[in-house]
Amino acid sequence: MKKAYLGIDIGSISTKGVVMDEAQNILASEYLWTEGDPMGAVKRLLLVLEAQLQGKDYSVVAVGTTGSARKLIGVMTGAAVVKNEITAHAIGTTSLYPDVRTIFEIGGQDSKIILVENGFVTDYAMNTLCAAGTGSFLSSQARRLGVSVEEFGEIALTSKNPTSIAARCTVFAESDLVHKAQIGHKKEDIIAGLCKAVVSNYLNNVGKGKKIKPPIVFQGGVSKNIGVKKAFEDATGYEVTVDPNSHLIGALGVAILAQKSKVEKPFDFNIAEMEFTTKGVECPKCSNHCEIICVYREGALIDSWGNKCDNGAIKVG
Amino acid sequence: MPETPRVSFPQIANYDIPISYLFEKGLDVTYVTPPPITKKTLELGSRYSPDFVCAPFKYCLGNFIETIEQGADTIVQTGGLCRLGYYGELHEQILKDLGYDIKFINLAKAKFSKPLSFYNEFKEINPEMSIKHIAKYLPIAMRMVEYIDKMEDYIRRNVGFEVREGSFEKLFRMCLQEMKTAETRKELDATFRKYAGRIQKLPVNKPKNPLRVGIVGEYYTIMEPFSNHFMEKELAKMGIVVYRYMNISSTILHANQKEARAHIKGYASFDMGATSMFTIDRALEFAKKKFDGIIHVKSFGCTPEMDAMPVLQNISADYHIPILYFSFDSQTSETGIQTRLEAFYDMIMARKEQKR
Repeated sequence: MKKAYLGIDIGSISTKGVVMDEAQNILASEYLWTEGDPMGAVKRLLLVLEAQLQGKDYSVVAVGTTGSARKLIGVMTGAAVVKNEITAHAIGTTSLYPDVRTIFEIGGQDSKIILVENGFVTDYAMNTLCAAGTGSFLSSQARRLGVSVEEFGEIALTSKNPTSIAARCTVFAESDLVHKAQIGHKKEDIIAGLCKAVVSNYLNNVGKGKKIKPPIVFQGGVSKNIGVKKAFEDATGYEVTVDPNSHLIGALGVAILAQKSKVEKPFDFNIAEMEFTTKGVECPKCSNHCEIICVYREGALIDSWGNKCDNGAIKVG
Repeated sequence: MPETPRVSFPQIANYDIPISYLFEKGLDVTYVTPPPITKKTLELGSRYSPDFVCAPFKYCLGNFIETIEQGADTIVQTGGLCRLGYYGELHEQILKDLGYDIKFINLAKAKFSKPLSFYNEFKEINPEMSIKHIAKYLPIAMRMVEYIDKMEDYIRRNVGFEVREGSFEKLFRMCLQEMKTAETRKELDATFRKYAGRIQKLPVNKPKNPLRVGIVGEYYTIMEPFSNHFMEKELAKMGIVVYRYMNISSTILHANQKEARAHIKGYASFDMGATSMFTIDRALEFAKKKFDGIIHVKSFGCTPEMDAMPVLQNISADYHIPILYFSFDSQTSETGIQTRLEAFYDMIMARKEQKR
């Protein structure tokens, strides 16, 4: 039985999973929608990954989790490593591109920039407050224009004269877009303009004050949009690389961290069949009313967190 | 006999100890200590504050409402070098509009250059006050502030490594309670020396070259732990030695703007207001001392601190020191902050390992 490592990246929109071998080659992978139910999504993920590993002589010995639901899924899977997305993405990207200097990441709901030197993160910034520089902006505009978000990039590339659209704020961008459409700008020009707006917002907001150096790797859901990739190249003057597995990089990174932790515990895919439930309880002991999250496996409490002080601690067993 | 005024002041960190001392002993009033700041305090304050006002305003208002509900009939508000100086007027108006029948003393009306102006405001707090009392107890209260700041500095640098969990906090609380009983400078000095000795003897398990992080930023947010989501505690939990220069001793009692300005001449020629010059001065100091990282905190919208940020970015680039920027307001979600702090820790730890 050869050793393998499982990495899970649970985002608010999508859940990604990777199983890699000791040489960090990807043996199995999957990308699916979280749909507001991280535990359910992970169960679906595990079933798919298990099927992909059928007949191959591998045993998962360590699990790593990342993404906004990492703590919950870490408890559920008995993870060896629970790490934030920034570190996970940096590790994943540098394993594939050791010379990378700048990582652009635009997801559905947030965006990040990570600066790397000699394989180590030297700086980063994260935008979690504003929708203008994220995928949700593009997907809502795609809906408005009656175009599927997957076609966005291709259409943008056909434009010869991108429309100028306000980049600072989604609300302003939308009114700009409506105005330009109503005076007759071509659809492909508007779409190209939107791609430019996302890039402009990204560089002025998350990228503010950061020294961007090549090689540049672009990842996150929005990296699949070649219109935005081209807009980045135009704005920075550098070539921008998009890895075909860019959506899996967080999961890969945290699988690598699980491997590096040297904490090994055989992982059984049958947790996909166990019943996991969570319960949120408001602690009444002071007016902070901390919300304590309790996680149960087959009815038994396995972990709890959320209390600011010991008064609210709920002990297991 | 007129009734003894029941007075309160905004709650900030542990300064309620010297402040209550000053009010009770120096002005002969009853001090109503605001209840510990919780989400409810912030929610109350936010509800009745203009939306875009800076977070400290909301916290103060929350304090005021909670203490009035607990029986305070006189509220004192401080002045300041920034919008803080306007808080008092607005707080007074809001409390009146809410129907609270209390006396409001706005210290923004007083000036350090005219000590008599403070006397007039004190007389407003308690018309029965005696100059003898204030003259006796004010210096002791000021010395108490200095001792508290000194002790907190030491604790900040060591609590992350305490062998017995809670040992530092426990001793510190005992010290604060005993300080309140001092009648003379001598007694206060003795209490401080006693506890300083004990705290320094507490066992710590510090590694040889621990990570050192300096915190700079806006005045209120940097001092009041609730408003910065207990950042110093989180950093200590990660095993980091935390340095924070900004406190009442350094910025009011012993402020030296001229010196700060001279230090940062290459980076900033003009005073950007409030504590921005101190922020830059301290950040430069941390950079020169090759700290592992700097964290800049402010409340959302704080203009002087926003102005200081480009300067900090220059310092960061020149000295290759990572700086993490935070903006706080009335959101209470921990996740985003946790993620960024954790990533910051991973980054500075990896850099340190690499340097070896």
